[in-house]
Amino acid sequence: MTGAKALWATLANHGITTVFGYPGGAIMPVYDALTFYPEVRHILTRHEQGAAHAAEGWAKATGQLGVCMATSGPGATNLVTGLADAMLDSVPLLAITGNVARHLMGTDAFQEADITGITLPITKHNFVVREVEDIPRVLSEAIYIARTGRPGPVLVDIPKDVQLAAFHGELLPPLPRRDALKPAPEVVERAQEVLRSARRPVMMLGGGALDAAQEVTQLARAWNVPVSTTLMGLGAFPASDPLWLGMPGMHGSVAANRAISDADVLLSIGMRFDDRVTGRVNGFAPHAQIIHVELDAAEIGKIVRTHVPVRGDAKETARALLAGAARLEHPEWDAQIAEWKSRTQTPDHWGAGYAIKAVCDRLTPDDILSSDVGQHQMIAAQEARFEKPRRWLNSGGLGTMGFGFPAAIGAALAEPGVRSVVIAGDGGFQMTAQELATLKHANIRNVKICIVNNSFLGMVRQWQELFHEKRYSEVWLGDSNPDFVKLAAAYDVPAYRATTADDLPAAIDAWLDDPNSALLEVVVPNEHGVFPMVPAGAALYEMIETEPGRTPDLSDEMEKAAEEANNA
Amino acid sequence: MSSHSRDPQRDQLLSILVHDEPKVLTRITALFGRRGYNIKSLSVGQTEHPGISRMTIVVNGDRGVVEQAIKQLERLIDVVKVIDHSLEKFVDRELVLVKVAITPETRVEVRQIAEDFRTRIVDVGRHALTFEVTGDEGKITAFIEQMRPFGILETMRTGRIALTRGSNADIATHVYHDGETQTLKPVVEGVEAREERARHVPNLF
Ligand SMILES: Cc1ncc(C[n+]2csc(CCOP(=O)(O)OP(=O)(O)O)c2C)c(N)n1
Repeated sequence: MTGAKALWATLANHGITTVFGYPGGAIMPVYDALTFYPEVRHILTRHEQGAAHAAEGWAKATGQLGVCMATSGPGATNLVTGLADAMLDSVPLLAITGNVARHLMGTDAFQEADITGITLPITKHNFVVREVEDIPRVLSEAIYIARTGRPGPVLVDIPKDVQLAAFHGELLPPLPRRDALKPAPEVVERAQEVLRSARRPVMMLGGGALDAAQEVTQLARAWNVPVSTTLMGLGAFPASDPLWLGMPGMHGSVAANRAISDADVLLSIGMRFDDRVTGRVNGFAPHAQIIHVELDAAEIGKIVRTHVPVRGDAKETARALLAGAARLEHPEWDAQIAEWKSRTQTPDHWGAGYAIKAVCDRLTPDDILSSDVGQHQMIAAQEARFEKPRRWLNSGGLGTMGFGFPAAIGAALAEPGVRSVVIAGDGGFQMTAQELATLKHANIRNVKICIVNNSFLGMVRQWQELFHEKRYSEVWLGDSNPDFVKLAAAYDVPAYRATTADDLPAAIDAWLDDPNSALLEVVVPNEHGVFPMVPAGAALYEMIETEPGRTPDLSDEMEKAAEEANNA
Repeated sequence: MSSHSRDPQRDQLLSILVHDEPKVLTRITALFGRRGYNIKSLSVGQTEHPGISRMTIVVNGDRGVVEQAIKQLERLIDVVKVIDHSLEKFVDRELVLVKVAITPETRVEVRQIAEDFRTRIVDVGRHALTFEVTGDEGKITAFIEQMRPFGILETMRTGRIALTRGSNADIATHVYHDGETQTLKPVVEGVEAREERARHVPNLF
């Protein structure tokens, strides 16, 4: 057996069935050995970034480890964006890279890159395997580290001669999983005490609460606490529940942002107070005592002052807090929240919002919805209604354009019986559009691509409109976009187009009813904005609730934010 | 972080026990660098346990900075343990080489002061003497201040090193009757130890 075979045997032992990758010189022994392991399916993407995001999509949809693979040098560096993305969103990811032979390492050999050095700050950990006998141990540890505690990406770099060397070691069973971290009882008591005193409570759920969705939902209902779910946490609490406030932050709902700003107790679970969520930190939840439930000690107190820091697993902690639940009655708070909720505007005239709402309205609770990054992402986050966790795949922390489509491919493969829908902008789709070929290669029939074509890098245009006096610098795509329907046809993907509100329903029907993976291009007017919006540098309560019209009347806070943006 | 910014800035002494792996030093310094924490001194050496190195880091900052740094360090897989010396009594030393200019008139006086500080002369030149000074920061600063009027040509400091006082070792150690010591090995080395440790990070701070 060679090191390369030991690698596949170890992956198979760990129950890994699918690997996304792209071959090259320094990883050829691994690809050669692959032919002996039919139990592992390799999906050939058309770019390593696609492989990384597809592995992320797999992981985000299932909560299980995603695996991607690349050759040395340029192959490895093409994974970097996906690794950084997985790091910021705590995605369990294993990346395997080939490298030049050991005696060439450090000599600037052909296609050599110090990938462990490059990925140091964007992986949870990384390894170079220097001895062939270490392959099973290092892979087991890498998988353990990627999945345990706060999940994250782990990279394993294997020199080519190590892949080729004869392996005489032992193939190890997976490392035993650890019990979830239970919170200290005295801290749970303190948290309950603070909760009991609440008159205007709000709960905030982040991506760390997804796997505790059932428990946190019970918790919120038992205590009668309104819930806001962050971009990463959408689906951790059912959107149909009257307690749901919507998403907080820069493009959060009026109800969520107002409630957080007025709350007297904030119970946050599995979230890290990203600046897109908090707005100006010293204006964030200014009246609230904050109870922060987190697995990662380093997140507690990092951004906001925490009154009750609770270190523990979300599920365990939610159970513990539930044990002493006392239903809170707060009719005035409820009335106030109802008023804020009534301010929500549904998109009623033709545009990106109207189209995205129409698509979202057609989704079932089982459908997986991915988005790319931009205005369409924020609109989808506002309009989609998730009843279950892990049905919403997003690049939250890094905001990676090009993420959506390959992530949808990964999810489609993880759950072939489920519709995997992606909403992308005309800009971001083109960053990984080559993955259209992957659909055919892997015979994937359940991906539904919706391109919202506003002929602009819409989100950047929106900021230029608001904060740079409408100097639309390098954001117009309209003169050079491809014909997306023809582009899809070139890859043998059926495609549909809608250009008016009247066209839309039939186009959506045809697109969703197509037995194959299919593309829908929706051509929308190009100068729409996403609102509500909290300008960068403003507090949540300084949000602009509705589109200010073509010439925005800047408030003092916005003037200040605009100035800051200009000086940045 | 903003919530801590009113605390006074001062030198904070940390010891870090790490697995002796390639890039471990980079991992640690990169972590400080990324957050803009300035390392004032850093010294690294092997420990009595094979595969484990010990570093002492001096960072200047407020308590908030140091607490965040410790929590970030704790997340690194290669870090076995972080010791915050502000929590317990410790001994610390630094070794410094100081090259002082001399003239026939100052030679005796310089030697006398050096003797009072119990330093050693490690090199004698026609126009300079090089002293080896060990001690805590106060002693070293005082010595350098005394020598300054004569003219300091060069100094080199090793950076501070520290150990906690008392008879507890920072790594669980077994001492055999013949005086040999051995680390108590966790079940699954490295990974398990880290998880075990993470479990005991206090919940309240
Ligand atoms: C890789 C990458 N490059 C640049 C950006 C900055 N950026 C954020 S949103 C955006 C515009 C996205 O445009 P499009 O994909 O057309 O979507 P829209 O906003 O129009 O819905 C850009 C350029 C980014 N997030 N990611």
